[in-house]
Amino acid sequence: MNKRVNPIKRSYLLLEEWFTVSFGADWNPLYHLGTLAIFFFWVVLISGLYLFIFFDTSIAGAYASVEYMTHEQWYAGGVMRSLHRYASDAAVVTILLHMFREFALDRYRGFRWWSWLTGVPTLWFVITVGITGYWLVWDELGLYVAVLSSQLMDSLPVMSGSMARDFLAGQLTDRLFTLMGFLHLLGQPILLVFAIWLHVNRLSHVGITAPRGLAVGSLLALLVLSLLAPATSHAPAELSKVPTVLHLDWFYLNVYPLLDKWPASQVWMLTTSVTLLLMIMPWLPPKKTGPAAEVHLDECNGCGQCAEDCPFDAISVQARSDDARWENEVVVNPAQCAACGICVGSCHSSNPFRHAKQTLETGIDMPQFPIEEVRARTDAALAGLSGDTRIMLFGCNNAADLEEFQSQDVAVLSLFCTGMIPPTLVEYAHRHGADGVFITGCRTGDCYYRLGNQWLDQRFKGRRKPALRQRAQRDRITVYRAAETDTAKLRRRLAEFQRDIAALKQEESAAKARQDREASDA
Amino acid sequence: MRKVLRYPLQALNYTLFMLLVWYFSAAPPYAQLQPDQAVITVAFSHAGERREECRQLSREELDKLPPNMRAPMDCPRERSPVMVQLLLDGKLLLEEVARAPGLYDDLGVDIYRSAKVPAGKHTLAVQMNDNVRVEGPTYTHEQTVTLEPAQLLVVDFNSETGSFIIQ
Repeated sequence: MNKRVNPIKRSYLLLEEWFTVSFGADWNPLYHLGTLAIFFFWVVLISGLYLFIFFDTSIAGAYASVEYMTHEQWYAGGVMRSLHRYASDAAVVTILLHMFREFALDRYRGFRWWSWLTGVPTLWFVITVGITGYWLVWDELGLYVAVLSSQLMDSLPVMSGSMARDFLAGQLTDRLFTLMGFLHLLGQPILLVFAIWLHVNRLSHVGITAPRGLAVGSLLALLVLSLLAPATSHAPAELSKVPTVLHLDWFYLNVYPLLDKWPASQVWMLTTSVTLLLMIMPWLPPKKTGPAAEVHLDECNGCGQCAEDCPFDAISVQARSDDARWENEVVVNPAQCAACGICVGSCHSSNPFRHAKQTLETGIDMPQFPIEEVRARTDAALAGLSGDTRIMLFGCNNAADLEEFQSQDVAVLSLFCTGMIPPTLVEYAHRHGADGVFITGCRTGDCYYRLGNQWLDQRFKGRRKPALRQRAQRDRITVYRAAETDTAKLRRRLAEFQRDIAALKQEESAAKARQDREASDA
Repeated sequence: MRKVLRYPLQALNYTLFMLLVWYFSAAPPYAQLQPDQAVITVAFSHAGERREECRQLSREELDKLPPNMRAPMDCPRERSPVMVQLLLDGKLLLEEVARAPGLYDDLGVDIYRSAKVPAGKHTLAVQMNDNVRVEGPTYTHEQTVTLEPAQLLVVDFNSETGSFIIQ
């Protein structure tokens, strides 16, 4: 039976597949939404610095300076202004897609609650930077944004006096404008950087750079758009007039038209409620994370490989607390542990060939599925095979369901993550009756636990410890990753692998027969 | 898929993405005001009258107070709410009742309310009551105004002179 996949997730996975076809897994933009958003911020920052050189931070001069850049200096200032606007908009789109992705793939609850909780206000920080940016142009839209933002602020009980009144004819001074300039250029960006830091501070190996190809492509696309449809201003702001038709940037200013219909207090209530609802989503309902990894000090030499590999920064290395001869030991922070088991795959002691003790113990293990049980279930699965081409299929609980692949030729074992597989387990399977080992799991570039796929690949290529030994039968190992909706593809790939292994076996037995003949002839 | 075949697909994806960014960065247009409309905004700061009148303390009452607190007048801090009504051509256009802010309801109120009206010639009447001890308006003003389309007409109040300013 196929695992039931909800329609949102199914649609999302389909979209993801389309982007993999277009960009390849390494450049799939849906796998790099966070880094893409940061890339767009870089474009915003650099273009913003250029604009600041020519920008006049005064009521009288702001509009004229922006107009000068847009029209007189269209080839540089105009392009920079357009890049500034479009990159800001692209950042909002990528952030919204990023949120939707985490929601659709159910990656916002459980151990991921912190990233989600801090991510929601980060979006608001981005929006407020955009709002002050529109204010600074000081055209009709800037005036509209200024007046309505002031009304929103005035409605807060903590505010004394009326900011909105400052915008009535003759009551506005350059001081407020300078303050806005300071906020947009320095205050808000610093807050935003802090918010991003908070957002990722429970993760390790955080990527903040988008893949080069994707960055170049996005920049070129922004540049083409900037040349074809340059950003322009409305008419200059006139305090005695009310703008009639406005070309709002809906990515940033979508809340403002509501102020025409509702009092500011109700708009606050709506936005605050939506924000709070989004923030508490990880607990609606909560998702249980399995028991945290446990360290077995008598098997741990404190090498720190598990701490290096942990995707959620849940393991740290500290001075030894027992009498062992090793200098260090590792400690798990249960509050941050995702129970992915990647640390088990990282541990040199997770070697199923070890027989020193009655039970197989490793330096760091998952109490709900210890390495001893992984070995026992591998043994049992292989013992149940009766076909001619015996395949051991390892997979993970967050990708294609393996149950339906179980047959007389195929033994299956699903783990928390394929990053949990110590390379020696593959050799162990070969040694204990598997003609071939097939590893599947989350799609390439999209590991549920972030880094499991990456670490497994590096271990198999010998670039990460513990590495698959040179003498391992690499021609009998394959890795093909498949999401829950990729079952048909996985079936085809598995059948191909079975044929390859059968051919390999035939070749081997023919060679053996030849050798036997030659030996008997001799 | 071969890498070279991916480029047209990537170009298509970038185009779609940029079309989305471009369109919603300035469209669809939002009509805040119809072409034949203007806006009247009532905006002023004003402290309402005290809820209770100040009272002269008697000699006996003053003697009971510490010497440094013997102010001759006892003025309760609470101020009246400020009620303002705007009538356009005799019809109520907007009404606001603002309670005095502050822990003891003793501060001045800030009023900021706007209404969209048809452009053209109108009779504009403003009425305000800032004293709970007085029935009916304490300040009134009536004026004929001619509003241009998209004009912002501000109704202000000068607390010192006790008069409305319409500009």
